Amino acid sequence: MLVLEPRPQPSRALALLSPVIAIMLTLVAGGILLALMRRPPVEALRVYFFQPVEEFWLWLTLPAEEAAMWLYTPSEVVVKAIPLALIGGGLAVCFRANVWNIGAAGQYTAGAILAGWLALGAPEGASGIWLVPYLILGAIGGMAWAAIPAFLRVRFNANEILVSLMLTYVAALLLDWLVRGPFKDPAGFGFPESKAFQAGFVMPVLVETTRLHLGVVFAIGAALALWLMMARTMKGFEVRVMGAAPRAGAFAGFSRDRTIWFVLLLSGGLAGLAGAVEVSATVQQLQPNISAEYGFVAIIVAFLGRLNPMGALLGALVLAVSYIGGENAQIALKLPKAVTGIFQGMLLFFLLGCDTLIRFRVRWLGRRTL
Amino acid sequence: MENFLISMIIAATPLLLAATGELVAERSGVLNLGVEGMMLVGAVVAFATASATGSPVLAVAAGAGAGLVMALIFAVIALSLLANQAATGLALTIFGIGASGLIGQGFVGIALDPLGKLAIPGVSDSTMLGRILLGHDAMVYLALALAGAVAWFLARTRAGLALRAVGDNHDSGHALGYDVVAIRYAATLFGGACAGLAGAYLSLAYTPMWAENMTAGRGWIALALVVFATWKPGRVVAGAYLFAAVTQLQFYGQDWGWPIPSQFLAMAPYVATILALVIISRDVNLTKANAPACIGRPFRAER
Repeated sequence: MLVLEPRPQPSRALALLSPVIAIMLTLVAGGILLALMRRPPVEALRVYFFQPVEEFWLWLTLPAEEAAMWLYTPSEVVVKAIPLALIGGGLAVCFRANVWNIGAAGQYTAGAILAGWLALGAPEGASGIWLVPYLILGAIGGMAWAAIPAFLRVRFNANEILVSLMLTYVAALLLDWLVRGPFKDPAGFGFPESKAFQAGFVMPVLVETTRLHLGVVFAIGAALALWLMMARTMKGFEVRVMGAAPRAGAFAGFSRDRTIWFVLLLSGGLAGLAGAVEVSATVQQLQPNISAEYGFVAIIVAFLGRLNPMGALLGALVLAVSYIGGENAQIALKLPKAVTGIFQGMLLFFLLGCDTLIRFRVRWLGRRTL
Repeated sequence: MENFLISMIIAATPLLLAATGELVAERSGVLNLGVEGMMLVGAVVAFATASATGSPVLAVAAGAGAGLVMALIFAVIALSLLANQAATGLALTIFGIGASGLIGQGFVGIALDPLGKLAIPGVSDSTMLGRILLGHDAMVYLALALAGAVAWFLARTRAGLALRAVGDNHDSGHALGYDVVAIRYAATLFGGACAGLAGAYLSLAYTPMWAENMTAGRGWIALALVVFATWKPGRVVAGAYLFAAVTQLQFYGQDWGWPIPSQFLAMAPYVATILALVIISRDVNLTKANAPACIGRPFRAER
């Protein structure tokens, strides 16, 4: 029989290899799934995963004037990756502390709502400087929403997984009410949506002819800052200790409650910022669907990035490729959108399974029983 | 009021089924956060089976089987490969949302006849009590019977004692000669089958149709119910009916002329879940008394 034998030291090589193995296994399993759906698996996987990567590669390697025509897909991948990286980086820190904020979707929505309130209430002709308070309010909205599970956990010991998740439904319903009530555009022909944001509240586009916007700077900046914090500061050390060995942390004088507050406000603030950024960059109005599912997909991003903020940046790109590939496959192969969700779920399964190899060695013991 | 109570009993059934299954898994020390995903896959497979075969019995069985298969994926990754249970459960939910959406593609917008009611002529329709308590479909009573059976199994049988022992202290259970992993597999699969049944109830009886994400967080509410019930099957029954009553407010509140927007009434079950968690969790003695001590912790036999 097969048994797991603990390694004396966790394998560093496998810790880095495991996401790669998991992605490959997902491609194989995905190919089988596509074959079962009677789609040519190789062709489908090419559209799904390799085409975006291929175009990305062409854009990177070709001389500038030729590369321009391959700019569209890479820029779209990055645009998708921005909210995923912002949320995923925060969740990586949160999960490191062994605090399970799985309600980032609600914090994202709350951030978009609070920021959107400013955008809709601002005087006519507001300039781009308004973007600063807009984004700050987004982060505050997310922090406020995350403060609820933090407070209930610290004060009443209520499970943060369930509380934060329940609040995602509350936030979605609140947004639904707002865009059908107080925030509704009176000239909107009865559609449940707010009026469009003024130009001052739209994220500036960085590269002409694409949708690549300023958010990419925030995403990279946040990842760098979080990475520095985790690797180089006392606060990062505290988060890691409280996650791995809370009793040891308590003896070192760290407070469990303070860590819970810190990581929930941090991840909530980043999710709220992501919500404000995304709404201002893409739909530029409030509507019932503002892609809050990024909050859930970012969980996969955090794990794919080894719960490391810089890793989450890479993880966000991988998941963004699966989104863009999914959209291409919907058009080219008439593949349903749900396939993307299956791929993303499988990726996390394989990743968690492969992570076992970091701590354990698989041994074949022949036919004898233990 | 009569209609309110009838719809409450119906709405409680999926919560009761899913929470009872999850309670068994948690008592064995397994925290499976994938209830929502297992319910969704159960719902869509049951609906597809019903529209293909027309047999409600086959459809219910297929729903339970689908939930069981989903739980098997969880068990392999979390119990055999010792992965983090919280993360694996989340993956199961994400996977279940995608898988159910894919399977259910061709079934959106189709309506089926709801499950047949067990009417007893002359009894179930003549009195108000009869109309409220009798004359539901078989699964309403099956859910109650299941909760009773689980209560008896956990409290009164040797196997139930072994299951609780493994959940409270897996090292001791192992030392006593129990196969910890096998017991946890069985409990997890039972939980999956129950979640599949709960999903089947939603798509066959509660609203006889398939819609993406039709569980709308009921899987998560079932998880909260287990905490609310402090891991006691009898209290799960009470909790499920209480929560169902809150859920139904969104449909009856407007009929009764409450001046509250429908979205706020729809928030009620989620807010009530949070309040219930707070009320139960603040009393450490209440939660610690029955909470399985080894919940969520992986087990590997050392020798």
